[in-house]
Amino acid sequence: MARKEALLLLLDVGPPMHSFLPEIEKVCSMLVQKKMIFNKADEVGVVLFGTEDTNNELTNEVGGYEHVMVLRNIKVVDGDVVEALQKLPRGTVPGDFLDAIVVGVDIIIKKFGPTNKGKKRLCLITSAQNPINLPFEGSKEEQVDAIAKQMNVQGIKLESIIVRGKLTEKADTRVMGENDSLLNQFSKTTCAKTVHVESPTTLLGALQTRNISPVTVFRGDLELAPKMKIKVWVYKKTAEEKFPTLKKYSDKAPPTDRFATHEVKVDYEYKGAEDPNKVVPPEQRIKGYRYGPQVVPISSAELEAIKFKPEKGVKLLGFTNTSNIMRHYYMKDVYIFIAEPGNTKAILAVSALVRAMKEMNKVAILRCVWRQGQGSVVVGVLTPNVSDREYVPDSFFFNVLPFAEDVREFQFPSFNNFPPSWQPNERQQDAADKLVTMLDLAPPGKEEALQADFTPNPVLERFYRLLELKSKKPDADVPPLDNTLKRITEPDPELLLQNKSVIDDFCKQFELKENPKIKKSLRRLWRDKPAISGEDAGDVDTNTVDALKKESVAKVDSIGNVTPIQDFEAMMARRDSKIWVDIAIKDMNNLVLDLVENSQNGNTYDKVVDCLVALRKGCLLEQEPKQFNDSLRHIVKFCQEKSLTSFCELLASKHVTLITKAEAVDSNVGDDEAWSFLVKTEPALE
Amino acid sequence: MDLDPEDLFRDDEDDPDNEFQGKDYAKELVVYLVDASPKMFSPISTLDDEKGESHFHIAVNCISQSLKSQIISRSYDEVAICFFNTSKKKNLQDLNGVFVFNVAEREDLDRPTARLIKEFDSIEETFAKAIGSQYGIISGSRENSLYNAIWVAQALLRKGSAKTTDKRMLLFTNNDDPFGDIRGATKADMIRTTLQRAKDAQDLGISIELLPLCQPEEEFSVSHFYADLIGLEDEELDQFITSAGEKLEDMKDDLRKRMFKKRKVRRITFLIVNGISIELNTYALVRPTLPGQITWLDSVTNVPLKTERSFICADTGALLEEPSKRVQLYKGENVKFSIEELTEIKRVSTGHLRLLGFKPLSCLKDYYNLRPSTFVFPSDDEILGSTCIFIALYRSMLRLRRFAVAFYGSSSHPQLVALVAQDEITSSCGQVEPPGMHMIYLPYSDDIRHVEELHADVGSVTPRATDDQVKKAIALMKRVDLKDFSVCQFANPALQRHYAVLQALALDEDEMPEVKDETLPDEQGMSRQGVVNALEEFKVSVYGENYDQEEMDALSSKTSSEAANKRKAIAESAVKECANYDWAELADSGKLKDLTVVELKYYLTAHNLPLTGKKDVLISRILTHLGK
Repeated sequence: MARKEALLLLLDVGPPMHSFLPEIEKVCSMLVQKKMIFNKADEVGVVLFGTEDTNNELTNEVGGYEHVMVLRNIKVVDGDVVEALQKLPRGTVPGDFLDAIVVGVDIIIKKFGPTNKGKKRLCLITSAQNPINLPFEGSKEEQVDAIAKQMNVQGIKLESIIVRGKLTEKADTRVMGENDSLLNQFSKTTCAKTVHVESPTTLLGALQTRNISPVTVFRGDLELAPKMKIKVWVYKKTAEEKFPTLKKYSDKAPPTDRFATHEVKVDYEYKGAEDPNKVVPPEQRIKGYRYGPQVVPISSAELEAIKFKPEKGVKLLGFTNTSNIMRHYYMKDVYIFIAEPGNTKAILAVSALVRAMKEMNKVAILRCVWRQGQGSVVVGVLTPNVSDREYVPDSFFFNVLPFAEDVREFQFPSFNNFPPSWQPNERQQDAADKLVTMLDLAPPGKEEALQADFTPNPVLERFYRLLELKSKKPDADVPPLDNTLKRITEPDPELLLQNKSVIDDFCKQFELKENPKIKKSLRRLWRDKPAISGEDAGDVDTNTVDALKKESVAKVDSIGNVTPIQDFEAMMARRDSKIWVDIAIKDMNNLVLDLVENSQNGNTYDKVVDCLVALRKGCLLEQEPKQFNDSLRHIVKFCQEKSLTSFCELLASKHVTLITKAEAVDSNVGDDEAWSFLVKTEPALE
Repeated sequence: MDLDPEDLFRDDEDDPDNEFQGKDYAKELVVYLVDASPKMFSPISTLDDEKGESHFHIAVNCISQSLKSQIISRSYDEVAICFFNTSKKKNLQDLNGVFVFNVAEREDLDRPTARLIKEFDSIEETFAKAIGSQYGIISGSRENSLYNAIWVAQALLRKGSAKTTDKRMLLFTNNDDPFGDIRGATKADMIRTTLQRAKDAQDLGISIELLPLCQPEEEFSVSHFYADLIGLEDEELDQFITSAGEKLEDMKDDLRKRMFKKRKVRRITFLIVNGISIELNTYALVRPTLPGQITWLDSVTNVPLKTERSFICADTGALLEEPSKRVQLYKGENVKFSIEELTEIKRVSTGHLRLLGFKPLSCLKDYYNLRPSTFVFPSDDEILGSTCIFIALYRSMLRLRRFAVAFYGSSSHPQLVALVAQDEITSSCGQVEPPGMHMIYLPYSDDIRHVEELHADVGSVTPRATDDQVKKAIALMKRVDLKDFSVCQFANPALQRHYAVLQALALDEDEMPEVKDETLPDEQGMSRQGVVNALEEFKVSVYGENYDQEEMDALSSKTSSEAANKRKAIAESAVKECANYDWAELADSGKLKDLTVVELKYYLTAHNLPLTGKKDVLISRILTHLGK
């Protein structure tokens, strides 16, 4: 079981902090809320500084420590703290964080004394913008040293969050520099951590609201070779904080029953397929594994006997270039390998490898079996994590890599093979370059926006806020996302505004339009193929209707003026009904006549001839000579009447003649007639 | 809903989200059409390979591999294997030169079974006798085995509606001009009818794919005949790369990849800026493969069991519908939420992918990972111009070494993601990394733990390796360098073992197969003198000269750790206590249940049995151990 934690929040409410107080209220209440659910025994106190009033024991005892107010003494978490944290008073004087720390340390010492072994933590949120008071004796640095020493003795940790938004003109950089170095001095001499925060969103993520005491996944040897081992401990570095699992609620109990639990029990019954009335007791069940259509029963004992049982251990397979391991192959949440705490030799060995890997751009490949009896092995990549803080040893991150079975090697077309219309031109590429450069979330000299380490989960934020709301007002609605959380789900309007010209240019360079080939009614179908439409199963009806339409769209059922030959061939090739051949020939006939009749100075002749060639081929294939011959005769006759001799010559030159008996049995045209047909036309004119 | 918490491979943190378990596709029906003409059997002569494998062998090998992976991961898909250019015939239409291979208890087109895999594995030995190879298209006769094969395949694929299934023919051949020997009008006629047959099949929603096999010196020319058959347009013709075939291994690799059908997970909209949104398809290229789901059986009859779940009100005992309210205990009260409210809480975005900005790649830390990534590739199906914008951004991101940060508002897991552009990488065996972007799911601050500081020793400066120690480590790294390491080069030994056992059991084989664990370190390589020396030098440099001796001393002086001592003491006292009871007598008289758990545990500890579980479990464990 996790040890109890005693936490004292030291909150600066002085004037420079006012714009941040709403977020501070939120993040602190969430912290307390989570404690009330997950660590009910933890204790929390709140000390404000920068207040008009003064209220702390030290003032009464020794004097000084003005404008430090104990809002709530340290005690077990309850709803009142949340209430208090949600309406923090706005202070009127610049706060002195060092005074607040001293008051905080004093409270903890008085409450617990040196005997209490639980975790003790101070959490300071301040702008550290105002000069701090000079101590009665010695320098500020000496005072910090003295406090730090006391904290070390008591085992008190300090976590400082320095909040500075847009700095006003008045801000004194010298003072801030001094304050920062004082806080850093804490970090060097005691267990303290300092974080700088610029935006409200980051502030929400900067304070860890849930304390999970980490457990090792593995303790033992990292085996470079059987003769060279390093003692390491392995922890999880990332693990998803899941949405809380809520209990099912039964409203069946009468409202008068004060002792009702409202719980719901879930019962499972197992029934054979053929006899739905016979219930099989759970212990009579046996596990069956699918192998194709077969289900192979294997009892737990059998399974235990035959399953893969690797030996516990973490072994090095080798080193390889960083570039050999693509980032997207990381499979799971991440582990961290640290040298066995207190083991100087192990720390040195890890440090040497970490630094060597960093320098050479190498990573290590490991094979891990975390526990004895674990039924599988893990192969993964170890990457170096060089520590930038003096008292924190170097460590490794470990990411699981996929096995051969886990990778699907789909082939995708190369972008270079795409048609030119899909390739961006120079100007477009330029616009994209600008967008990628300018829409910058990590501008130099400024805070990196949306850094994972400081970005809270908006869903969880929302849940805990609603939980508090509902505890007071059961029918409260889900509140909309506030602006601070919207910075996570939507682009920052300020960033967009700053880069308006770049964005406008980008939009101007590219043209997007809906694909005209897909009719509106089909969109849904295309979007949700039956296989993936699990989310909205309600649309089955429209889907089927659309599917029918789609089929008719995909198939050609008339000959258009634009691509008559392709249409004709497509129709001739249709096999769903014989009538398409007739329709195609008829349509083509009509089109050809249409083209000839409406021709002006022969501008459609080429097209007509192409159509006739296609028609002839089609009629030959389908052995329908009569249709073609009739049609050709009709056209030639028309030409003769209108004295369009040039067309007939064109036909003759392309060998578009009547279909002969030799070509198709049904034809009654002989070779001679076919040949002379077009030639004969001329004398017929006279 | 997964009702089984004890599934052996499944970690407790596995995501129940469908998207990650690969059940995300329609059923697929495939007919493998394998050319069995004598040409397929002629050994291939290549410089690097002296085994003289034939194209037939390669094709059969690929199919066999594919069947084995299919029965594991996509066992609902159906498959038929059909040879053409055979001397014997076996098909429903009774057409010449076509042989449909099948085994007992299975339809021609059906799910793969253990027997099919086993018998197909030995097909090469039996082929000559049972099926026989013979050219099916010879001048002088109007026989057309290719036509027949397509016809048979089409008839096999008649089942299943085109809307819900995906039907494919995969044609393996090394003859790019099947009608090359035929002359005159017959040739044109045969080509025409064959093409028409193929087209008819395609009209019925069956896609025909060609898997060409070729000799190193002669190229397989698709344009001779097959381009028309599979309906390649001009541009596609250029894109259709025949396997380079420099190495046989490469050709196998390439074939294997081509046999896969790309499956899209879903189509998403990517909002870039100012209402400009493009269309992307997402693909799950990397997902953990787990042993198939467990089906509970009645151990007496081996009949599958249905699980029925019922909800019972704990206060009244009334049977409930699935309750629509959920509660969270807070401040001592039940705070109620409706299912709709919970869904609403999770709906923090519109469900699209929304661009937020760009960062340099160095900002993407190694510990920003939670789940396998998802691949995105542009599509112009609905919105023309999507691909163009995507390529422009992709090239900029590659060149400027930046990644995009976006918010992916899926309904179950709204999350920040990093979009990392991946340049196309090809090798002699085809595409290794496709071009596109990988969507990496980023953790929130709530998901990151600060473990490094946990054991930080305050006040003292932690030791850091000296330059010399780092140098020794570098020397070691150079010795133990895996030059061509590629992720996924290892098969998962647990999975292989599991399926090997299943296959053996399914076929009633007595002997359990041995599966090689490829993930073990290369002991031979590690014992090379150079490596041993480098290791020794590194060891001396970080640990000092007499480390092993010191360790031994430390061990012997302490013989065992405190915890072990304590454990030993407990065990000893348990043995002593245990002797005070007559267990057999207690068991026979049913008085075990009168003992306390502590007393029961004396027995268990003394006999080295597990101590977990409730009292009944402990008792039954003792009874089992006593043999009662």
